[in-house]
Amino acid sequence: MSVHPTSHSFKDNASRAIADGSVPRALKNVRQNFIDKRVKAVDALPEFEALRESAREIKNHTLAHLDLYLERYEQKVKDSGGHVHFAVDSAEARNIVLDICRKVGARTVTKGKSMISEEIGLNGHLEAAGIVPVETDLGEYIIQLRGETPSHIIAPAVHLTKDQIEKDFRRVHTQLDPNRDLTEKRSLLTEARTMLREKFLAADVGITGANFLIAETGSSVIVTNEGNGDLTQILPRVHIVIASIEKVVPTLEDVSQILRVLARSATGQEMSVYTTFSTGPRRATDVDGPEEYHVVLLDNGRSAMLGTEFQDMLRCIRCAACMNHCPVYHQIGGHAYGWIYPGPMGSVLTPSLIGVDKAGHLPNASTFCGRCESVCPMKIPLPKMMRHWREREFERNLNPAVARYGLGFWAFFAKKPWLYNLSTRVAAKAMKLMGRNKGRFQSLPGLGAWTQYRDFAVPEGETFQAQWKKRAGK
Amino acid sequence: MVEVPPQTCCGQPAFNSGDRRTARDLALQMIEAFERFDYVVVPSGSCGGMIAKHYPELFEDDPGLSVRAQKLAAKTFELVSFLTDVLGIMQVEAKHAGTCTYHDSCSGLRELGIKRQPRQLLGSVEGLEMVELKDSEVCCGFGGTFAVKYGPISDQIVTEKATNVNATGAKTLLAGDLGCLLNIAGKLSRMGSEVEVRHVAEVLADMTDRPAIGKMGAST
Repeated sequence: MSVHPTSHSFKDNASRAIADGSVPRALKNVRQNFIDKRVKAVDALPEFEALRESAREIKNHTLAHLDLYLERYEQKVKDSGGHVHFAVDSAEARNIVLDICRKVGARTVTKGKSMISEEIGLNGHLEAAGIVPVETDLGEYIIQLRGETPSHIIAPAVHLTKDQIEKDFRRVHTQLDPNRDLTEKRSLLTEARTMLREKFLAADVGITGANFLIAETGSSVIVTNEGNGDLTQILPRVHIVIASIEKVVPTLEDVSQILRVLARSATGQEMSVYTTFSTGPRRATDVDGPEEYHVVLLDNGRSAMLGTEFQDMLRCIRCAACMNHCPVYHQIGGHAYGWIYPGPMGSVLTPSLIGVDKAGHLPNASTFCGRCESVCPMKIPLPKMMRHWREREFERNLNPAVARYGLGFWAFFAKKPWLYNLSTRVAAKAMKLMGRNKGRFQSLPGLGAWTQYRDFAVPEGETFQAQWKKRAGK
Repeated sequence: MVEVPPQTCCGQPAFNSGDRRTARDLALQMIEAFERFDYVVVPSGSCGGMIAKHYPELFEDDPGLSVRAQKLAAKTFELVSFLTDVLGIMQVEAKHAGTCTYHDSCSGLRELGIKRQPRQLLGSVEGLEMVELKDSEVCCGFGGTFAVKYGPISDQIVTEKATNVNATGAKTLLAGDLGCLLNIAGKLSRMGSEVEVRHVAEVLADMTDRPAIGKMGAST
């Protein structure tokens, strides 16, 4: 699994996804589900808007005092017998995890779903060191079998159809009866469970992500629907939590506030099936739990977003509502975005983390329809921040020359009302003549990018202002 | 009394392309041309949204201009919203025989809260039957320069929109945003659809005897 970004080839990635057709088809089967379930859950909770506002405030407050809450969190983890490791970048985080695994002689590592693990490219790093990472979230398990990265932040295999998954299971689970019946979704789930059961028991280290870190208690919180996260963190001798620094919130009360908007926005559930809090290693009186408890806190460019126009992005709680409602995401799927985080949240976050020079397409590939912002539980102004990336690109001349010159040419006219009116009048008349008796242009010089896909209406011959003048003169 | 002063563009193309300076120049030109009026009425949701929502943001760092931008923003309305929300008009005298469907343009819907207003007025048009469009709140894929910069993606989105329009069986598709209208009309026409596309104002003003968008040749 690679973290090498292909965001610079976004256009090609997208065109491939469209031409292949299987990804949009798979998404078409599920996308309405996400949308309908969210609306239902939100409509059933009259205080949802107030909760959104409160969730936003909690995160804004935390981000304004992030250093303070991180220190408090670190102290609390230590107090409960755990270890905290700060990692500046992916390489550092990978090495910290590998060191812990080596120290305890780990051979098999089970993993709960973690986007940070994807971001730092952990699996490849462990494999290269002879350690076997096993993804235990069903979606992650499937894409691990396929050697893919997630195409969605909460539903990593959403780009696949059931038939594709059945094929993969038959290809990989060769020890099972080749004539078994896998037509039902349930049978795929059962098979994955069976295969994973022995891995859970064999694992030396369990790695999970975190939806929240609580400064007040030093706890980490994961929300899951499959129960795999609990088995991952309770059964092995060592539990490693990998999380990015902005996951911290001040108190348990704060977490319970934000949890009320998280699942509703993500899957339309009131709460996820499992919400698991873990604090430190097993105590003498505990019946289970790990002997060692580590937290790896990843920065990887996030602290540099503080105090900039992109700080609001750090409020994100990874619910995926933005991509679930994005018309662009629906057509191309998550892989086209070329790095870990797809959809609108990725279009803002990815340039921050890997550089706008590598990810410049992402904030541009948006119609600014605003649906993402309207459903974001943390009220992140996603279109506004994509626009800020476009501004940065414009300032640095990173956008294509033809777009820059085109804009400059147009602006020259637009800044002179008399010239603009004259030229639009002439253009309207000329186009009417050119398109006489046709009503529409099927091709038009200079507008090939438009007419390749759709017709261009022939103007009626007079601009609004000219018609108005005539009318007023009567 | 209605006046149409000399004007060009609200600057949204520059604003959304990251060219803040040009956007500010054009916004200032607009403010100067329009601030003396009681109301500014705009026939397109995205231009309305630009003035009403984004002008104040554009001049955030300039106290003087910021006040002028906010004042202009507060008196700028999209046409249908102006008719209903400001003038309190609840019905119009117009006739249009046939079924119509309506696309909720993104800026009008999400920036200006336009949803029930056009339906209210269209409901009073004699002979007009409204049929709701599936996914009417989903973007048509225009997005300004997006439509030409990311043609294949835009094409997929507008194809879905046009397919939904065809599926309504309506004779006419209406909307309140020129970008969406040009885009959806272009796609329907390319698909060979018979559905005609009009600005909602054409129906409300009882002017549907004029050719629909892209149908001028057909009627002459």
